[in-house]
Order: sequence, then C-alpha cells, then structure tokens
Amino acid sequence: MIPAPFDYKRASSAAEAISLVSEYGEDAKFLAGGHSLLPLMKLRLAQPAVLIDIARITDLSYIRDAGDHIAIGALTRHMDVEKSPIVLQHAPLLANAASHVGDPQVRHRGTIGGSIAHADSASDLPATTLAMGATYVVQGPNGAREIPANEFYVGFLESALAPDEMLTEIRVPKMNGATWGFQKFNRRAQDWAIVGVAAWKRGNEAGVALVNMGSVPVLATSVAQAIANGASIADAAELAAAEAEPQSDLNASAEYRVHLSKVLVRRALESTNA
Amino acid sequence: MKVTITVNGTKHESEIEPRTLLVQYVRDTLGLTGTNIGCDTSSCGACSLHVDGESAKSCTLLAAQVDGCEVTTIEGLAKDGVMHPMQTAFMENHGLQCGFCTPGMVMASISLLKENPNPTEEEVRIGLEGNLCRCTGYHNIVKSVLAAAQAK
Repeated sequence: MIPAPFDYKRASSAAEAISLVSEYGEDAKFLAGGHSLLPLMKLRLAQPAVLIDIARITDLSYIRDAGDHIAIGALTRHMDVEKSPIVLQHAPLLANAASHVGDPQVRHRGTIGGSIAHADSASDLPATTLAMGATYVVQGPNGAREIPANEFYVGFLESALAPDEMLTEIRVPKMNGATWGFQKFNRRAQDWAIVGVAAWKRGNEAGVALVNMGSVPVLATSVAQAIANGASIADAAELAAAEAEPQSDLNASAEYRVHLSKVLVRRALESTNA
Repeated sequence: MKVTITVNGTKHESEIEPRTLLVQYVRDTLGLTGTNIGCDTSSCGACSLHVDGESAKSCTLLAAQVDGCEVTTIEGLAKDGVMHPMQTAFMENHGLQCGFCTPGMVMASISLLKENPNPTEEEVRIGLEGNLCRCTGYHNIVKSVLAAAQAK
C-alpha cells in the first residue's frame, strides 16, 4: 500500500515548520516519526497534499529536569523517554508507559509529541500524560501557549491544536514518590490496549486516566475524588468508567470495557511501584 | 526528489517520488529483495532493517525520511562470505522454518543485542514482540538469539 502523492518539505527549525504550515494551511501535515500518520496515509484515510518533515529539528529532542517538572521536547523518541534516567527517577509512570508503545522498532522512530498531537484515545501516552497532569507547550505564528492536558483532547483524533500550531514540549510534574501503575490489556504483545489505565497515588491524592474508553482519553475524576474522600481503592475503582463512553468493536463490547476498566484501575492503584 | 542513502556501505543517489516507502526503495530501486513485505501495516516486522544501526520497520518509513542516513539490510550482514554471528546462530539452532520472517527477525535481534548484550529469555521474547513468525517457530528463534549473545 502506497500513500497518495504529496509534496515533501523538510523543516530545520520550529519557526520554519510553522512558517511552512502557515503557507500550506489545512492541506499540510507535520511528519515526526510517522508511525501514526503513515499507516493512515497508506490506507488513504489521510491524504495531505504536503508533508512537513519536522523530525530533524534536533533542538526539540531533549529531556530536562526543570525543577518541579520534567520538560520533554516533542520530538523525543519513545525509546529515549523509556530509558531516560531523569524520567525513570522523577516520572517512572511515563517511562513505563513509553516502554509499552508498539514494539522496539516503533519506539526507535515514534515520538512523544507525535503520539500526543495525533490525539488517539487508544494510544498510551495521551492518557498517561493526562493522568499525570501534564501541560503541553505549543507554538504558532503568534508565539507559544500552554494547554493543560485535560483541555487538549476535544474529539476523535482531534486536539486543541490550531492548524498552524505545533506541539513543542511536554511538561510532566515530578511524581515525588507517588506509587503508580500502568495496566495495558491486549490480546497480542504489540497491540493497542483494549483498555489501558495509567494511575498514580500519593496518600489521598490520585490521578487516573483511561486508554481506549471513548473517543478521547478519559480522566477518571470520580476515582480521584473518591480516593480524596477516603474511599478504599476497591470502592474507588468501581467508579472507573463514570466519565467514560466506551464503544463496542471487534475486540470488546462496551460492557466488557467498563468491566475491564474497573479491574485495571484497581490493579493500577494497588500497585506498589514507586 | 533527490535522496542520498547509504545502503550496506554503498552510497546511492536516487531520484524518487516523495511517497516512496523505504521498503520499496530497497527492494524495487536497489533490487535488494532480502527485506520482505509481510503485513505492510508495521505489525509483523518482516520488513525490519537498520537505520543508523537501529531496527526500524521499512514499510512505515519514507525513503525521504532516511535521506542522508545509513541503512543496513540482511544482504549487508555477511562480510567476505562469512555470515554474521546472528545468522550463524539462527542456522545452528534451527531458528527458521519457512524463512519468511527470518531477515526481519535477524535484523531485530541484532538491534536487540546491541541495546541489551546479555538478555534473559524473557527479555528476548519481549524484545522481539514486533516480529511475527507464522510458522510459530518462536522457541528456536529465542534460542538462536540467546546463543548469539553467548557467542559474543
């Protein structure tokens, strides 16, 4: 399967990328690792007229300790997030989730920013950064702005990014010793999650988000609220799907997904990883 | 568009369509048909090769994306008629049945050992999660990779 024809442009800086996307408008798409976009283009589900290859903007590939949070350049590859000593120390939930994306070949090419900008509710990193209370930094023709993860995902494969904006940085709060769990339920090793859960807990504080439980990644606020009110993990986990609107598909019915989400939220919160 | 790609140590300058996939480029443009097209959806790993020394699925890469990079395919492993230790290990441990997944398995396995030179059996199984063998010959494939790690 071969994508429909397109023009290929390569940007060497964020400013050049934004200038190019401003020029070509909605006909253009950014290409980072390409591991979400190219499969869609091969199936002709996406047919951009122009691809703007941003993968060589090397100054957007970094992981920095920024005090209360970790700052990750949008073009940082999954494999680099997974193995980063800074991420492993301060945001181990994110490192673990990154290690579950696709397979090693995919993680050598795919980027954290590409995965988040693609805004697929079935992907691991949108929900994980949502659970962690991350902030995304985006750059457009008029400068940069910050979008909290819980305002970013607006619909199926749809984000709050304007057509001429580019995601440049992901800011993940440090976990400061919180326990965490990442649960991914799938039938084959490298598949997308049928349901996935990213969760952390520190005393009565918790953050929980769900993978593939609707058209957008779902922040399970009822679970966090119940934990804050002193509920047991088992009782709080019963509220896992309160905010979710899961779909039925070939892999699972909506009812089964609701059941799975409760079990997986309980397992994720009971985890003693720290 | 014009790309310059070094494949198995030889620099190639080619005029290609931007939509050319890397797997098409190595198979059709360069005639290196050792890299197979299996699922064509980045699931099966048959098209695995190395880009700058790391495994990648060439059905989900544009040749344009690797402009200026070094690509190694299965044909580039043997030196002076002597097989790469991973190829030898696959041969000695019966790590293949029909052989279709083998080039991808070998390329993924070399990349795996580069990142983790002494893996456990479980780490090999997890490390090869991106490569499918439809003969289900996984047991001897894992054995081959462990043998190659020992041989080093």
